[in-house]
Amino acid sequence: MGLPLFPSGDDPGPSFAALLRRTDPTTPLLPGADASGGSLTVRHGTTVVALRFGDGVIMAGDRRATEGHLIAHRAMEKVFPADRHSAVAIAGAAGPAVQMVRLFQTQLEHYEKVEGVALSLEGKANQLGQMVREHLPMAMQGLVVVPLFAGYDLARGQGRIFSYDVTGGHYEEADHAATGSGGRDARTTIKLGWRADLGRDEAIELAVRALYEAADEDSATGGPDLVRGIFPMVATVTLEGYETVADAEVAERFGSLLARRSAGGPAS
Amino acid sequence: MTMPYYVAPEQVMKDRAEYAQKGIARGRSLVATIYDGGILMVAENPSRSLHKISEIYDRIAFAGVGKYNEFDQLRVAGVRHADTKGFAFSREDVDARSLANLYAQFLGQVFTHEMKPLEVEVLVAELGTEQRLDQLYHIAYEGTITDEDHFAVLGGETETITSRVASAFVDGWDLDTALRAAVSALAGPDRTLGPDDLEVAVLARTTGRRAFRRLGPGELAERLAPPRRSTRGGRAASSGSDDTPA
Repeated sequence: MGLPLFPSGDDPGPSFAALLRRTDPTTPLLPGADASGGSLTVRHGTTVVALRFGDGVIMAGDRRATEGHLIAHRAMEKVFPADRHSAVAIAGAAGPAVQMVRLFQTQLEHYEKVEGVALSLEGKANQLGQMVREHLPMAMQGLVVVPLFAGYDLARGQGRIFSYDVTGGHYEEADHAATGSGGRDARTTIKLGWRADLGRDEAIELAVRALYEAADEDSATGGPDLVRGIFPMVATVTLEGYETVADAEVAERFGSLLARRSAGGPAS
Repeated sequence: MTMPYYVAPEQVMKDRAEYAQKGIARGRSLVATIYDGGILMVAENPSRSLHKISEIYDRIAFAGVGKYNEFDQLRVAGVRHADTKGFAFSREDVDARSLANLYAQFLGQVFTHEMKPLEVEVLVAELGTEQRLDQLYHIAYEGTITDEDHFAVLGGETETITSRVASAFVDGWDLDTALRAAVSALAGPDRTLGPDDLEVAVLARTTGRRAFRRLGPGELAERLAPPRRSTRGGRAASSGSDDTPA
């Protein structure tokens, strides 16, 4: 591997994807972009949610990956830091989704280092949209990847959420979003409990409850696993940056939720 | 057909070296040193946006002096090399040594084969997991690579500045002491450099993944202010006067 230098008229600029295409044009950026025919049973990740609260946004995802009707993985992570002030969560075919996240993370950091400034939140959302769009041929074969993107907009001083469809179209959501097989149940739960003035703890509680309700209705979504001590992943993005909520705190929220449930009371 | 003039190869090399040295000496200098919490890099640079010191990867930083467009091209190539390598393999497989070797090869290649040598000197710094594993690679315009143990000086007047840093150097010094020593070494006895004349960054041994951090003008002013305790202030003043004859 030599020093990647390019003539000034033919420079890939701050785009990492463009750089990879230049240095290694034979390897597709996302795995199997030229696969054809056949139906595969691959690992799928499921429900992820995002919601806005006073200081920024919360993102959460269950930990189950399925392969057809089987549970393929019990502790998969679906919420990732995209950079200091944004997070990305994935639902869909696990392999390409994780690869897409790696490419996206590298792209954001690469841009920031080459240009000396980070992309705007809108710019990051657009970048992810392009990656989803490039993945469309694979999605047509059944390997669908649908991410959720959320971050703290430093220019506006607030959290923002973007949802995607398979064609790379992205839509800004006002307050909350959910995707994946249990997304509908999760979304309903959040819709009923969401207020504009939610505090951090209440917002985490709501996200956790949404995942619990989704797991209650959807077989591909994993609930809290008290035997193995596996809990959904929750992260916050605020002015201070991306931060994972400690397992102990998530476990505590689930503890109180389950206690209320088994006492026969309402979930909230 | 005209016969080309014969020029002895020694003369060609000498001319090129002189040309590059002159170009580099026109620019301002840079000091990098290892302190107890990481690696400190201080450059004399009045520009807020045209950086001499930059981040390459999680624990690797780049610093360059000389012609801006030439070392910036090297910096971007370094970022590209590191990001591609980290993406293809793993983040921990990206190291400063291989990057420093690539820079050395490239600079050597240009020096011997191109019309004009690059008028730059670059530094590749890597933060280790502990202080003795910190690395400073100093690469000169003709591709000579040196592995510095404690500090590196790049740019014009290196000998004077090196002797000033060497006389103040204490193994395992803290950030504020190292910063003040580096700034006074760059300034010399007749000048003082304020936060607006400096570009300062550190690779700090913290828990975060990305170790690179710039020190803004506010933080710089605070750190450059003379120490509050009078005993330490007295000592700093006396070491300042020791420097003057050097």
